[in-house]
Amino acid sequence: MSKLIMSTGNKAVAAAVKKADPLVVAAYPITPQTEIIETIADYVEAGEMNTKYIPVESEHSAMTACIGASITGSRVFTATSSHGLLYMHEMLHWAAGARLPIVMGQVNRTIAPGWNIWAEHSDALSQRDTGWLQVYVSTVQEAYDTTLMAFRIAEDNHVLLPVMINMDGFLLSHIMQPYEMTEPGDFIPPLDLPHKIDVNDPHGYGAMSPATIHYQFRFDMEKSMRASRKVIEETEAEFAKRFGRKYAPVEEYLCDDADVVIVAMGTLGKEAEVAADNLRKEGIKAGVMRIRWLRPFPLDMKIDGKELVVIDRDYSFGFGGVIAGEIQARYPQTKIAKIIAGIGGQEVTYEDIAEFVKTRKIGTEFWFGISKEEQ
Amino acid sequence: MTEIPKEEMLLKCPSTCAGCGSLLALRYILKAAGKDTILVIPACCNSVIQGVYPYMLHTIPVYNIAFAAAAACASGMSEALRAKGQKTNVIVYAGDGGTADIGIQALSGALERGEDFLYICYDNEAYGNTGMQRSGATPLGAITTTTPNGKKVVKKDLDRMIEAHNLPYQATACASYPQDIFNKVKKALSIPGPKFIHILAPCPPGWRTPSEKTVEIGKMAVKSGIWVLWEKEYDKLTVNGPSKAAMKKPAPVIDYLKAQGRFRKVDDETAKQIQANVDRNLKKIAAELEMSEELS
Repeated sequence: MSKLIMSTGNKAVAAAVKKADPLVVAAYPITPQTEIIETIADYVEAGEMNTKYIPVESEHSAMTACIGASITGSRVFTATSSHGLLYMHEMLHWAAGARLPIVMGQVNRTIAPGWNIWAEHSDALSQRDTGWLQVYVSTVQEAYDTTLMAFRIAEDNHVLLPVMINMDGFLLSHIMQPYEMTEPGDFIPPLDLPHKIDVNDPHGYGAMSPATIHYQFRFDMEKSMRASRKVIEETEAEFAKRFGRKYAPVEEYLCDDADVVIVAMGTLGKEAEVAADNLRKEGIKAGVMRIRWLRPFPLDMKIDGKELVVIDRDYSFGFGGVIAGEIQARYPQTKIAKIIAGIGGQEVTYEDIAEFVKTRKIGTEFWFGISKEEQ
Repeated sequence: MTEIPKEEMLLKCPSTCAGCGSLLALRYILKAAGKDTILVIPACCNSVIQGVYPYMLHTIPVYNIAFAAAAACASGMSEALRAKGQKTNVIVYAGDGGTADIGIQALSGALERGEDFLYICYDNEAYGNTGMQRSGATPLGAITTTTPNGKKVVKKDLDRMIEAHNLPYQATACASYPQDIFNKVKKALSIPGPKFIHILAPCPPGWRTPSEKTVEIGKMAVKSGIWVLWEKEYDKLTVNGPSKAAMKKPAPVIDYLKAQGRFRKVDDETAKQIQANVDRNLKKIAAELEMSEELS
């Protein structure tokens, strides 16, 4: 094992991007993501990366410049957060619809008003229908490893869809953990974009597509999203084989014999492991499923006969927590206690999570911190 | 004067309105640019006249992009191509709405960063693609579908906004003068860095003029001085051909207004104001010419 480095999540993502060697990075600053692009800008200025860094004037332009660069058959990267992601919204659809394997570091932060820079997943979840693959990480090592894997998955010709790597603002973007800066070697093959723009083979891109054809383009995206499940599996297996660290679309912890399973994403999913350990000491057979890949959505969660406590660090107003809703839709018979917790950086400890499990009421929604009368 | 090549870069299948000024201009732009060129087109008339998938009008690659996004797309494309050592021309072809209104932020950003591409705005003075709603570039008094009694404020001075970026090359042109367009595009593409050309593109359905009068209407604009042909390399300003004469003795702007149905609700007072605005602008350009000589 090579030596460990102390790093923030942001710097680990930037280090992985450096290894992936993109030709173009276009980005705009926003807290708590800024450290990613500052670190990349430092690498570029120091001559450690052969990358064109485009300091665009907005996130809309960041994603658009990535699109313009990507269609030339070049590897590209950007990073954003919260309002920046929302400002990109139109171009997120464009990037996916244009079948461009753009990779983006996305640091999860809540949305104003009022101004608040702390963790929440509503920013990324509000973009879940844009055609991007979405992965949520929980440690600095996982942030580094997943960024390397993201390039390989996005650029796989069975996929050719963009990938968003989600990381909790401050709770992971700014905390320091030791991690191994693995040399990827040829783990990420050179990009070979089949539809790259070429003056010697002129085509029109994104011109009018009539009603008789448009749905075919969209179904093609869904076919690739479906195909990406296998590519993710293969990539994670290859990563484990080469570098020894195993990942799965849904990370399971003590689930085999569990009666109740906590489901969460990002750092809350990691915190939940401590809660499960403590619950087991009290004789409650608890486990954790931490969803890593939300898009494509996991279709083989082993939740038969188990009660779920789903923690949503997000909310869809007039509906409920997004993750609980998606699980219920895909696994209709599942007994779910729905918890809304961690909104706008609200502190949620492993003790709180254990309490969610102990006090769970299947079929109900509980907003952590709101009084019983108001629920 | 460079001879304009006979080879056509556009196929004979555009779905433009008859007498489209923007298509006429594009024909000569592409003749000047040649085959080693990629066009970037945001939402505008030119995004819907290309033909329907899988057919296309152009013989060079065209990348369509969202309304506000053309200059940012061209930035990324140009940076990537240059990083690979490719000299391919990247040309944005965008309408006035996509340039002066929704696209101005991305354009300003790209110009400030010094990106290496040519941005051409074809100005038909309204949102033509969506059926002639007023844009920031619609002139005072012009009827559009959202200014049914004529626009009550003046046209945004796009060129002076662009000038603030101190470009290596900036020009105006008019669809009625193809040789001037050809020369300016050739010159622009020979200069590295950000370039901008603003082309007045008469629009028969929008301007409510007969489709066979496109060239004539554009010439009337230039002769009246309401549109001035000039080019600028950093501070060095040159007024071109027909505009030199127009600056000395402009035709009355009322003739230009009367030739178009969109100005039919212009009253005497507004007509006077439009004439006064033209006179003032010509004086400004004359002063800028003097200053340009002083600086160079």
